[in-house]
Amino acid sequence: MEEPVIEFHLDAKTGVSPYLQLVRQVRHALRLGLLDEGDQLPTVKEVVAQLAINPNTVLKAYRELEHEGLITARPGVGTFVTATLTGASLAAHGPLRLELQRWLAKARRAGLDEESIEALFMTTFRTTAQEDIA
Amino acid sequence: MTTVLTAQALGKRYGRRWALRECTIDIPAGHVVGLVGPNGAGKTTLLKLASGQLEPTAGDIAVLGGRPGGTPAQLARVGFVAQDTPAYAGLTVAEHLRLGARLNPRWDDGMARERVARLGLDPAQRAGKLSGGQRAQLALTLGLAKRPELLILDEPVASLDPLARREFLQGLMEATAEHELSVVLSSHLVSDLERICDYLIVLVDSRVQVAGETDRLLAAHHRLTGPRRDPDRLPAGQHVVSARHTDRQSTYVVRTDAPIHDPAWTVTRLSLEDLVLAYMDKPAAADRRAPLEVQR
Repeated sequence: MEEPVIEFHLDAKTGVSPYLQLVRQVRHALRLGLLDEGDQLPTVKEVVAQLAINPNTVLKAYRELEHEGLITARPGVGTFVTATLTGASLAAHGPLRLELQRWLAKARRAGLDEESIEALFMTTFRTTAQEDIA
Repeated sequence: MTTVLTAQALGKRYGRRWALRECTIDIPAGHVVGLVGPNGAGKTTLLKLASGQLEPTAGDIAVLGGRPGGTPAQLARVGFVAQDTPAYAGLTVAEHLRLGARLNPRWDDGMARERVARLGLDPAQRAGKLSGGQRAQLALTLGLAKRPELLILDEPVASLDPLARREFLQGLMEATAEHELSVVLSSHLVSDLERICDYLIVLVDSRVQVAGETDRLLAAHHRLTGPRRDPDRLPAGQHVVSARHTDRQSTYVVRTDAPIHDPAWTVTRLSLEDLVLAYMDKPAAADRRAPLEVQR
């Protein structure tokens, strides 16, 4: 048996339902390029045995990902990634991360603690997102 | 077969005390059902009624369409793992498997041996010498190798340490994914069940307070916080589960299928644990209002 490409984990405290956490972890891995077309996802039984969660939770997550066209279940074989979410943007990640790291260092030098940095980032992020919609 | 357990006005009385009363539920097959409630709420009574170890005082119960414990065929279809996962202390692991094979017509010997080997249990070891976690795994192995359509477990993880608890639930969920198995298990701790149950029954004071698919229950319950308001001024469609008031503020947990638009309220989602606690928190007086109206 091949080693699975990704392993799921659950955070009980987020308030995000377990099935949605699984969906997001797959999308996240696709965005970061950790998962690629043709990669096999862990089987329902493997996920269930690893996380001690209800099998229907995994099935629901996989169904949603399949509905989004990101994965395909081949009965008796397994579930495979059929699309990527990275596109051309992956190449831009490196420089953007560098800029962000510089900005974080600047914020710390200005005396902001972690909570203030997060709050500042989130409010700016949300306002910009809203302006984009409007 | 679409229903795993139905009960109509089911009740059980010991002397003058009702351990379970007016229990009406209808559980579809293919679920992992969590039965939660404080100690002494009637969980064990309901599970023993479902496995045919007790006869009802009132009402009816059907399990997989048949009378619990009615026939040998019915007995073979339902597995029961009793509280604290007992085993015969003087018998070895291998003897437990032989006993299982003798007593159960649908016994899956390959599965039993494979599970024992994978768990690293020594077949020559006496059950009395096993750790709590190992004994629980042995009891689970016996329950699964019987190849039931419904497996009932009474507080299976209550006495286990966190690691053994996790391993037990992993084994149980793996088996559920592999075989088409319905599971009903009880616990007085919601946190044990939060990840594994997709159907929940809350039992408090011998009565079923609420039952349904966890997703739907979570979507239908809300916490409302805002300026103090009397419950009779809430919309008719909002069923009050619990209410707390200060001089100025009211906090309600309500069940409703309709969206809440009232701008006076801050509306928050509940975790499964909060939801169960809200039902346990219910003042005794409210219990007399037909609890069945909140069921589906």
